[in-house]
Amino acid sequence: MGPSGSGKTTILNLVAGLDRPTQGTIHAAGLTVSQQKEADLARWRARYIGFVFQFYNLIPVLTAAENVELPLLLSKLTRRERFTHVQAALGLVGLSDRIHHYPRQLSGGQEQRVGIARAIVSDPTILLADEPIGNLDRSAAQAIMALLTRLHRELNKTILMVTHDPQAAGYAQEILHFDKGKVD
Amino acid sequence: MKLLLVYSVRNVWARSCTTALSIGGLALVSLILLAVLMLGNGLNRALIESGSPDNVLLLRKGATTEIASGIYRDQAHVVRMLAGIAQTSGGELLAIPELVVLISLAKSGAETPANVVVRGTQPEAFRLRPQVRLIAGRAWQQGTTEIVIGAQIAKRFLLGGIGSHLRVGKREWLVVGIAEAQGTAFESEICGDVDQLMAAYGRDSYSSLTLRLPDPSAFQRIDDAIGSDTRLLLQVKRERDYYREKSVTMATFIRLLGFTFTLIFAFGAILGGTMTMYGAVASRTREIGMLRALGFHPRQILSVFLLESLMLGAMAGLLAVGAGTALQFVTLSTMNFSTFSELAFRLTLTPASALITMAFALSISMVGGIPPAIRAARLPVTAALHTPGR
Ligand SMILES: Nc1ncnc2c1ncn2[C@@H]1O[C@H](COP(=O)(O)OP(=O)(O)OP(=O)(O)O)[C@@H](O)[C@H]1O
Ligand SMILES: [Mg+2]
Repeated sequence: MGPSGSGKTTILNLVAGLDRPTQGTIHAAGLTVSQQKEADLARWRARYIGFVFQFYNLIPVLTAAENVELPLLLSKLTRRERFTHVQAALGLVGLSDRIHHYPRQLSGGQEQRVGIARAIVSDPTILLADEPIGNLDRSAAQAIMALLTRLHRELNKTILMVTHDPQAAGYAQEILHFDKGKVD
Repeated sequence: MKLLLVYSVRNVWARSCTTALSIGGLALVSLILLAVLMLGNGLNRALIESGSPDNVLLLRKGATTEIASGIYRDQAHVVRMLAGIAQTSGGELLAIPELVVLISLAKSGAETPANVVVRGTQPEAFRLRPQVRLIAGRAWQQGTTEIVIGAQIAKRFLLGGIGSHLRVGKREWLVVGIAEAQGTAFESEICGDVDQLMAAYGRDSYSSLTLRLPDPSAFQRIDDAIGSDTRLLLQVKRERDYYREKSVTMATFIRLLGFTFTLIFAFGAILGGTMTMYGAVASRTREIGMLRALGFHPRQILSVFLLESLMLGAMAGLLAVGAGTALQFVTLSTMNFSTFSELAFRLTLTPASALITMAFALSISMVGGIPPAIRAARLPVTAALHTPGR
């Protein structure tokens, strides 16, 4: 948590290797992230990191299933295996009946659940969520938080979440407060 | 990677308006190129293919066209005596003397009349030029003032068809037939009996002699025998070469003009395609950032956007070729610079010109698509993810 511009998004980007620190090193999921080449980082990210975005970032011209399938294109799975994984991920977020819907046919909460399915479909170790409920109403937000909690409890996902919402922060085991680029 | 293809196709489809516009632009330029190629094909057909590879044309030394040439009856006689000329089944030599004159004819829908070639010949000429075929009426009878007109003459000039009369030289001629010639120059000619035509003009010399080679190797023999005979003073040419030489200037001119226009418009089309794709990249910046965050390689982003650009090109090329098929029904006429007579020809679509057009459309969309695709691939991920918009 922290005020705008305090470095919350920046820390997520650093962990994912999308950004590079000017000082110090970053270790995540068994890798010294800050010392990798771009191509290696991309491969590592595909395998160990899942992203959940505030504005979902679903591709409007692809269906829910196709959006979720995207990260699997970077794996060596066959078409059939990919489809099994996609179905499992969408089942987990409770959207088995919306597989062939396009993002515009879904509610905000449903879109975010597709976003979460996309983040977990390749079974990553770490989920990075930048204000995942920032755009949702209270009940949809609660459903998303419950889902993230389940992912942590049942699937052992490490979840790093940025939020402005104290109630959402209450779900966390540990809360870091950011201010002007520093952890308080 | 079928999904990435689906992704590209749907994105092209989703931007239907801008897509349609840029495809339209690309297609128009491709069509200009195709039209130029088809023009060239049509002219080739009309001119070069008028000449048959088995025929040899004899002209007076120094004459570059039939109109300017003259061959006396006794010269023709000497030529006929020389061996190696193909014979008809009746045992007669296929060495046809022809007289070519120009007349001025009123053209339908035009204020000024145009020149038309009148060819005095012999009925055996049909054997020398198998592409010529009567489509109405009959052939002229030897020794009469009957004429057969080419299909293009019938279509484009105020003549009145079979049964109508026409003044050529000092005589009145009767139209008895209409002939087609597979789009070659003979369709733009009138022919009749050579002796009658000579009488009508008070001439005592032919314009040319056309021989049929008994076999392809006979050309050298005939050239040696006739070309070197100092009494004859004749030049020996393959009919093909004669027509090809005639068409060179015109074909070069049209190609040069056409390719210049195509080149200029191609720059416009490339810029248009580039703008479209830059627009696509700009509106999908966040999407690109997301894909990179998922672990997609910049090269994969590059190929997605190149693919989209190529799809625009492919559709434009197909559209142009489609329009080209319709253009085939267009007949144009031009002044044949070597005879100053009217020459009609049809725009002709060949597989080669269709392929060239497709390749052209793909290349300009590729060239236009490269800069935006590179920009997409080089977008800094964190900034891209931060972009407002969809
Ligand atoms: N520790 C730091 N070192 C260097 N730059 C920093 C640091 N923390 C933040 N910044 C810079 O501050 C700017 C804003 O940071 P960031 O986007 O992470 O803020 P945020 O906390 O996510 O804000 P918001 O709540 O508005 O999303 C960025 O340009 C980032 O580079
Ligand atoms: Mg932020």
